[in-house]
Amino acid sequence: MRENAPVCIVILPLAAALLSLCLGYVKKEAAGWAAIIGLGGAFLCSLQVFCQAVKTGEVSYYLGNWEPPYGIAFSIDPLSGLIAMMAALLALLSAIYALSFVKEEGWVRYAGFYALLSLLAAGLLGMTITGDVFNLYVFLEIASLAGYGLIGFGGGKSALASFRYLLIGTIGASFYLLGIGYLFAFTGTLNMADLSERMSPFFENTFMWLPMAMILIGFGIKMALFPMHGWQPDAYSYAHPGAAGLIAGVMAKIPAYAMLRFFFCILDPHVPSVQMAMNLAGIAAAAGIIFGSVMAIAQKDFRRMLAYSSVAQVGYIVVGFSIGNPLALTGAVLHIVGHGFMKSSLFMTAGAIRYRYGIVLYENFGQLYRRMPVTTAVLVLSGLSMIGVPPTAGFFSKWYLGLGAAEAGEWIYILLLLVSSLLNAVYFFRVFETIFMQQPSSFTQKEADDCSANKPGGKELPLTMLFSMGAAGLLVLVTGLCNQPMAQILLSSLPEVIHS
Amino acid sequence: MSEEVIISMRPFAAAGISLLGALVIICFGNRVAPNVRESWSVLAALGKGMLVFSMVPAVLSGKVYQATLFQVAEGIGLTLRTDPAGMVFACLASFLWILTTVYSIGYMRGHREKNQTGYYACFALCLCATIGISFAANLATFFVFFEMLTLATYPLVVHYRDGESRRAGRKYLAYTLISGQVMLFGILCIYALTGRGDFTPGGFLSGGTAPSWAMEGLFAAMILAGAVKAGIMPVHGWLPDAMVAPTPVSALLHAVAVVKAGGFCIIRMVGYVFGPALSARLAADTLLALLAAATILAASLIAMRQDHLKRRLAYSTIGQLSYVALGAALLAPVSMAGALFHIVAHGLLKITMFMCAGAVFVRTHKAYISQMRGVGRSMPLVMGLFAVASFGIAGMPFLPAFISKLEIGLGAYETGHPAYLAVLAASSLLSLAYFLPVVWTAFSLEKTGEIEREDKKDKTGEEEPAMQRGLFPGWDDTDWRLVLPPLLTVSAAVILGIWPNAGAGIFELAAMAAKEMGAVG
Repeated sequence: MRENAPVCIVILPLAAALLSLCLGYVKKEAAGWAAIIGLGGAFLCSLQVFCQAVKTGEVSYYLGNWEPPYGIAFSIDPLSGLIAMMAALLALLSAIYALSFVKEEGWVRYAGFYALLSLLAAGLLGMTITGDVFNLYVFLEIASLAGYGLIGFGGGKSALASFRYLLIGTIGASFYLLGIGYLFAFTGTLNMADLSERMSPFFENTFMWLPMAMILIGFGIKMALFPMHGWQPDAYSYAHPGAAGLIAGVMAKIPAYAMLRFFFCILDPHVPSVQMAMNLAGIAAAAGIIFGSVMAIAQKDFRRMLAYSSVAQVGYIVVGFSIGNPLALTGAVLHIVGHGFMKSSLFMTAGAIRYRYGIVLYENFGQLYRRMPVTTAVLVLSGLSMIGVPPTAGFFSKWYLGLGAAEAGEWIYILLLLVSSLLNAVYFFRVFETIFMQQPSSFTQKEADDCSANKPGGKELPLTMLFSMGAAGLLVLVTGLCNQPMAQILLSSLPEVIHS
Repeated sequence: MSEEVIISMRPFAAAGISLLGALVIICFGNRVAPNVRESWSVLAALGKGMLVFSMVPAVLSGKVYQATLFQVAEGIGLTLRTDPAGMVFACLASFLWILTTVYSIGYMRGHREKNQTGYYACFALCLCATIGISFAANLATFFVFFEMLTLATYPLVVHYRDGESRRAGRKYLAYTLISGQVMLFGILCIYALTGRGDFTPGGFLSGGTAPSWAMEGLFAAMILAGAVKAGIMPVHGWLPDAMVAPTPVSALLHAVAVVKAGGFCIIRMVGYVFGPALSARLAADTLLALLAAATILAASLIAMRQDHLKRRLAYSTIGQLSYVALGAALLAPVSMAGALFHIVAHGLLKITMFMCAGAVFVRTHKAYISQMRGVGRSMPLVMGLFAVASFGIAGMPFLPAFISKLEIGLGAYETGHPAYLAVLAASSLLSLAYFLPVVWTAFSLEKTGEIEREDKKDKTGEEEPAMQRGLFPGWDDTDWRLVLPPLLTVSAAVILGIWPNAGAGIFELAAMAAKEMGAVG
């Protein structure tokens, strides 16, 4: 069983997706439990594989025992293990969190929601651990399709947002497919390890820029890198609130991680053309950091504010890639993990507030802390982490990014990170100020009276929601406090990654 | 280093006890009686005081306690280390927290304030951060606690949650967060350039680390955060506005935590990061001294024009904290010691004045000096303490600020800048000029004019029959919790003024710190 753990990371959510539809027909609650068990299993497997990878180095798994380059390989090093763990954990928390949201739906929507959620998780986890570039495309599409569905579930304007994302996302995926098509034409292989060995003669090729640009754009669209972010604010805001945590927290991070794989493992970051591509991405990211932050300040809808803030935060990650030394890459990966937790927990709080009071404009959040103390605590903690206040996760990713930038002499990037922190502070403290100091709007008050009458379950929220939200918030703090072991693992495994 | 290192978690216990207190208060504070909740504050304060003072003897004998809790980032530990300079600040902070807690209880209840649970929790959090700042052994740890202090103070500034305090809070955040990020920039540069960030007596940066213009910039970046918190002009703007907070908070801001942390930050950066030898070659250091001198004079002049007592105290603080900056910027060992001692001296005296102002406000609801005619007649003890502290601030002998001013002046003379002596003398006179009228007004026998009458209209019935019944109509019947703390701070100040090594050997500690800073550089 143990040696099959790598494949179980993907198989369990996949099986849960199918099972939940079948079980949901019999009894709709069973669909939720199937998904939770499947995702929990995936998390445990990824934990086990991660520990193994830390101890013994890369863990490989050949599907059906077909050795690569003929078969498909999963390969998990500490880096991908860490990301997989984060994704599986957040998927699990989202599944638990969503229980109360879909409680009153019919079985089709109930089971459908969980099937899509599990599929999304399966796709994201597959993208993380696969060792094959075409397989990555397959998982990318699985995740995307499930994502379109979950966004469309949100009701209201979500159908349009989902359709828009479908169009743009498909273009992105096609770009990626074309890009690996070129690589296949060059080298005749799709296995990542193989590719990285056979790529070196082609770096001087005149047309090398083409696949690189395509892959960059493909992932850029998927991770909402400025200026390819157009689909993102609507998609995040209108997504089903039960799934928004996973969608906003993880869906953009995995393509970012895949981008790291591509440019640092498969391609060689020391080649001028690759460096050029990374520099371009860095410039786009830098512009995105400022643009996203400024746009976030302009928003009134709490969810949209968070969505624009994601445009900025994805920029941090890409800036780390662009600097490209081990310290900055460590910062970028830590930010993938840390920001995953922060953004998830923030979207969970946004969902919780909407669930309880039906409000999304933060100006109506007045005196919220009295009625939803736990939600507020999570919101404040994650918000401080977004600003980058020690000792939360956000500070330490910024710390490593800044150290890396200083080491590389990229002073402008440090400046950018600090300015972005301050802009973050502007819009988060505005929300805090409203929550703690604004008088409650009559709207909130009325809704509060209505809601408290007909939505039982715990004091402020159903326990399942409180649990997942609290866990996600706690993880923000834990990631911050335990950044050093993670950084150590990453720093020791990244040089291999860079030079392999 | 020759000194003996004791590996001990005691510094962490000293910082952690109030963190624990804050957590307990925030989680359970609303479910228990106020007396129980406040007893946690008092217990945490007493515990912290005992922990800090128990470390003094060993530190005095040349040992340091040191411990690393965990690695805060790759290669950098969250390390606390009780060197003499940190000890001076920690002693002051932990001693004054005990008194401020007692005072807070009297003030907050006397005023029937809201949100007291959050208030006491943030208070405890501030003190945790302050102890962390004073014992931090490297730049990363220092920054962690520095930012923690910024954020823990914010809820206290906006305590009343009205428009005015929100504006003040925003201003406070804008000043401190921006300067904090600038400091982070500097810290990252230092780590990237040198690969180290442990505070070393005499500094660990050398002139060859970076081109000289970059070193100037770095120095400015590192000092800026301290200068903002210490309220050195022209970055002092947040401080007078932050006076909207309840008076114990102002006392905390201006005597214990924030401004002193700023002054301490400057000393740390000059003495332990850049070192006197390197700083002497930087033009930025001269600029700091000039700014400090200018602030001393300008703040005194502005203070004279303030009718709001707390604002006048705030400007006085701005001026006095620049003594610390000036002492550090002069770079002479004797002025460094003076700067450290001034942190304590000014802390004791200024907290007394704030406590007195708060007691007057609770009792009579008078915040403006022009309304305070005759207040001293009904509250002779409180205003008497205020008078003593005023003389202390002005630098009267037998009060501690005299010693620190003397030392800073000696430093100015030694380093060949006698002009600063004139600034010190002028400042002493000016501070008398703005504090004595307060005392004079409070003890004057004349009836107040219109303002008093308006007051009468507002308040029904409650009259102060002070004028009719002789000079001092009866003993001061202010709540003892409002009177005892300033009484104790004044007593401590008098003792330290006569015998600067009394109790914790503060003066000796300051001298030790100055010696180690000067010795290596």
